[in-house]
Amino acid sequence: MSALNWGAAEPHLPILLVMTPIFGALFSTFLRRGVLAWLLALIVTLSLPLMSITLLLKVLETGQPIIYKIGNWDAPFGIVYKVDQLSAYVLCVISFIGAVILPYARRSIAAEIEEPAQSWYITMYLLCLGGLLGIVITGDAFNAFVFLEISSLSTYVLIALGRHRRALLASYQYLIMGTIGATFYIIGVGLLYLVTGTLNFDDLSQRLSTAVADPGMRNATLTALGFIVVGLALKLALFPMHVWLPNAYAYAPSVATAFLAGTATKAAIYLLIRVVFSVFGTALSVEALPIPDLLLVLSLAAMFLASFSAVFENNAKRMLAYSSVAQVGYIMLGVALANQASMTGALAHIANHAIMKTALFLALGAVFYRIGSVLYSDMSGIGRKMPLTMAAFAIAGIGLMGTPGTSGFISKWYLAIGAIDAGLYSVVFMIVASSLISVVYIGRITEVVWFREPSPAAATAKEAPLSMLIPLWLLAGLTVYLGFDTRLTADVSAKAADILIGGIR
Amino acid sequence: MLTSLTSLTQAYTSQELIIAALLIPAVAAVLIPVFYKIPNLRELVTLVAAVALAMCTWSLYPRILAGEVPELKVWEVAPGLELAFKIEPLGMLFALIASTLWIVNSIYSIGYMRGNNEPRQTQFYVCFAVALSSTMALAFSANLFTMFLAYEALTLSTYPLVTHKGTPEAMKAGRVYMMLLIGTSMVLFLPAVILTWALTGSMDFTAGGIIPADGANALSPLVIGGLLALFVFGIGKAAVMPMHFWLPAAMVAPTPVSALLHAVAVVKAGVFSILKVVVYIFGIETLSSTNANAWIVYLASFCVLLASIIAMNQDNLKARLAYSTVSQLSYIVLGAALASAASITGGALHILMHAFAKITLFFCAGAIYVAHHKTEVSELDGIGKKMPLTMFAFMIATLSIIGLPPFGGTWSKWFLALGSLDANYQFACAVFMISSLLNIAYLMPIVSRAFFKPLPGHPEDKPVAIAEAPTACLIAITITMLGCIALFFYVNPALELIEMVDLGNRTDAASALNGVAPTGGTNGR
Amino acid sequence: MMDALQQFSAHYNYYITIFLMISGLFIVIARGNLIKKLIGLSLFQTSVYLLYLTPAKIVGGTAPIYDKNFTVYANPLPHVLMLTAIVVGVATLALGLALVVRIKEAYGTVEEDEIFTKDPESE
Repeated sequence: MSALNWGAAEPHLPILLVMTPIFGALFSTFLRRGVLAWLLALIVTLSLPLMSITLLLKVLETGQPIIYKIGNWDAPFGIVYKVDQLSAYVLCVISFIGAVILPYARRSIAAEIEEPAQSWYITMYLLCLGGLLGIVITGDAFNAFVFLEISSLSTYVLIALGRHRRALLASYQYLIMGTIGATFYIIGVGLLYLVTGTLNFDDLSQRLSTAVADPGMRNATLTALGFIVVGLALKLALFPMHVWLPNAYAYAPSVATAFLAGTATKAAIYLLIRVVFSVFGTALSVEALPIPDLLLVLSLAAMFLASFSAVFENNAKRMLAYSSVAQVGYIMLGVALANQASMTGALAHIANHAIMKTALFLALGAVFYRIGSVLYSDMSGIGRKMPLTMAAFAIAGIGLMGTPGTSGFISKWYLAIGAIDAGLYSVVFMIVASSLISVVYIGRITEVVWFREPSPAAATAKEAPLSMLIPLWLLAGLTVYLGFDTRLTADVSAKAADILIGGIR
Repeated sequence: MLTSLTSLTQAYTSQELIIAALLIPAVAAVLIPVFYKIPNLRELVTLVAAVALAMCTWSLYPRILAGEVPELKVWEVAPGLELAFKIEPLGMLFALIASTLWIVNSIYSIGYMRGNNEPRQTQFYVCFAVALSSTMALAFSANLFTMFLAYEALTLSTYPLVTHKGTPEAMKAGRVYMMLLIGTSMVLFLPAVILTWALTGSMDFTAGGIIPADGANALSPLVIGGLLALFVFGIGKAAVMPMHFWLPAAMVAPTPVSALLHAVAVVKAGVFSILKVVVYIFGIETLSSTNANAWIVYLASFCVLLASIIAMNQDNLKARLAYSTVSQLSYIVLGAALASAASITGGALHILMHAFAKITLFFCAGAIYVAHHKTEVSELDGIGKKMPLTMFAFMIATLSIIGLPPFGGTWSKWFLALGSLDANYQFACAVFMISSLLNIAYLMPIVSRAFFKPLPGHPEDKPVAIAEAPTACLIAITITMLGCIALFFYVNPALELIEMVDLGNRTDAASALNGVAPTGGTNGR
Repeated sequence: MMDALQQFSAHYNYYITIFLMISGLFIVIARGNLIKKLIGLSLFQTSVYLLYLTPAKIVGGTAPIYDKNFTVYANPLPHVLMLTAIVVGVATLALGLALVVRIKEAYGTVEEDEIFTKDPESE
């Protein structure tokens, strides 16, 4: 089935998937010129989706997870990389987004970053990508923490390189919040280690089921669950732990924003799903602690309050950042409802939202490249000057509203079905009502860019260069395509959801 | 003519014709911007596409009459979400109306847009073509998902047309338009679709409906009524009060848009959707036996009257016509809500009759604007002397709206009134009659003002120089005006088509056509 | 009472851990000085080292090198894990301090409230 032949490297794809970007990062530090580093990164990032697709196809074909033992140490003792339907799917999303952005990145980085920092910027990009892929592929709780920190540390640098001085502050705030989140996670993992003596996800889940019989152990386990959920909620910007996100996205360089919006929160969401469903299972995370109820309330709050913040925003990047918080709410809603359909919707939305939001941020990056601002006042009338860019923006925006014929609708459909399956009819209305707010904020910016008289900055703008338009239109086209062909998103998600829901004890 | 057309397209299967009907406007939308520097060629693309589309639909017509039900399953997006098309008689009728009037409207548009020197004409024609493509998809949709998809596409493609002028008022109207149409469709229509799927496990339009009213999985009348409410209010394009605000607001658009989209394609898409949902999702038996439709009957009757009364107080000509449309749309909703064979026939016929009459009225309003830049009713004193043909057409269309013979509007009102009696809603019959009086009250004064009041600032005894709109506009007005008359005498082709509508097992549509009440025996239960 | 004391003395390492954890977190939240915040953050991370390391040490246990003379070993894994965590912690602190240097250059202050008055929107 797999069209690609990796030869002898085939069995080592899981480790190569992580090591290629990390070594790419290493080598790119030695390249003094930004162009060379970019070329290296281009080759690296383009190879990653091929690897992850091969892994996904293999997993789908066999139906069995691929276990890669590092150093050939067996599972509980050594670190294993485990690729199952869920992780292979998220790997594909992250590596794909990472690859699509890079052709675009050349001009954007050249315009926004000063020369000596360009190759370091690429280094950080690759390191971040490697870290995110590592979070998803690893089957070891502590290893996940290490990758979480690798990606976070490089993210702080990516954000801090923004041109405005507020970028520094945004990065600092994210550093504080992110570190607290990661530390919470590691406290939880530590408690689990004390209870079970293992760090392997599969092993943990087996040993927990017997360990919780003891009341003391049970309390420690539930405390661990609390710490992990809160810590990861910080990382994935679940309302109200999202305060770091709008500024971080708004002041980061365009490429970083697009990349982070598509991937960073998704990896954290993956880890949360993995821990809550695969490790703890319903017996603990649903019955002992009302985690789903909590997530349900928070995600509904995110869907409404963050969307409202987006409506009144005048900086397009911040507007989309708030929208991201709201969309994370959608994904977490599906996780919280915890049934087959809702989980399918949540997982499908991981890919769909990644594609749409990256497209939107890439379009804004192109605008920033031309006029040096993404404030509404400067962007007014830009649609007439950059019709292709803003048309792609409009398509992705329509996708964000969840209009049928775009991928956003597919996610919403499954979420709504999931809500009905869970017997929560009111949630169905909340899902559609909050997407109405997204109509308002997308409608507002559409009106500004298409129907206002051009601002002085916009009047002289030209259409974005081709290297930016191609990735942008690829993603915008995918937004529509995935609204009709759901084999890659919803079908795979449904299989992954089967495993997660089936894994519940 | 029809036979020669049929032999021309004989070689194509019905499926191919469906694809052609969907793609021709879409291809036109791609080609129009290519020729944006050569306006004549650009307009030619629109005209050729319009004629080709009408040829497609008209050559499908005899096949549908012959009992063929062409189906086209394009793609299953996800379990339950299937992109599929199926031509049933109601959709055929709607497609015929929209595609035929597109030709007329294109001729008119060319005269209007050039006569007014409107900016951004290319964008105008592109959006128009996309809107037509969506309309065809809606007419031919085989299930709720496809219908919803086309419905949203229609809203999005007409938004740039509403905001065409780019003035603050146009932008404000655009916001109202988007929020009401997208808003209602997302918050009410979509949940209705989802609930239908969740409750019945199907979204296909099926003869007799898919909502079970009796048997093991019967739904309570309350649920059915609630679901119907979601549909009726969710399909905001039908402009059932209080979801009608977008329609008067949308009148800032150029007149050809108001004419084809806000008298024919968009608003009729709304009522057509309601009709289709009532007939093929609920099934008229289900509705009449559970009485879940009662409250909509009252609501729609109320809308008919209230909108007419509001129309009387509008001085802006297009606003008056818009409220008149709101009122007339409620006729069709009322026809659907009455859920008897005759009322469904009346509703479907009214889509046709009102389309011709109202597009004529809008054409006239546009012609007056192009020729004399007048928009208010109070400015129209004596205008009939300057524009005799235009105002004559206005009068004919007015009479058709009122429902006087020998004009098309007679038939639809006849069947609607008959249907209300069949369904044992005598007061609805009274509503139709009162409303006809109200129609006279708000439309006839315009005609009398135009013909009998003296032209201000002009001596009574001197002859008035005739100053009509551009010829292209006049041609269009004449065609639709003649249509209003012809439809009285040649109503049969439409009736035969509606006769084909499969209302379910026990009710016979044919009996309604003979003026005999259906003897289902379920109504009085 | 005696029980409680015994309980406390048996688990005193946890109480120290929790104390460090909370004081670290408190400093992060309560202080407006960006450097002090980082110190608090560091303290917070340090508490985790104790959480892992103290239970790993077994009284009388020795380094886990196989030898016939010893039967009780300390668990080596937490130590290794914490080596990694220390590296991560140092990296975070270094990056944080570097950011503070840049912030000082850009704003001329490291006090949060003063920065916010200079950039009201950045809150």
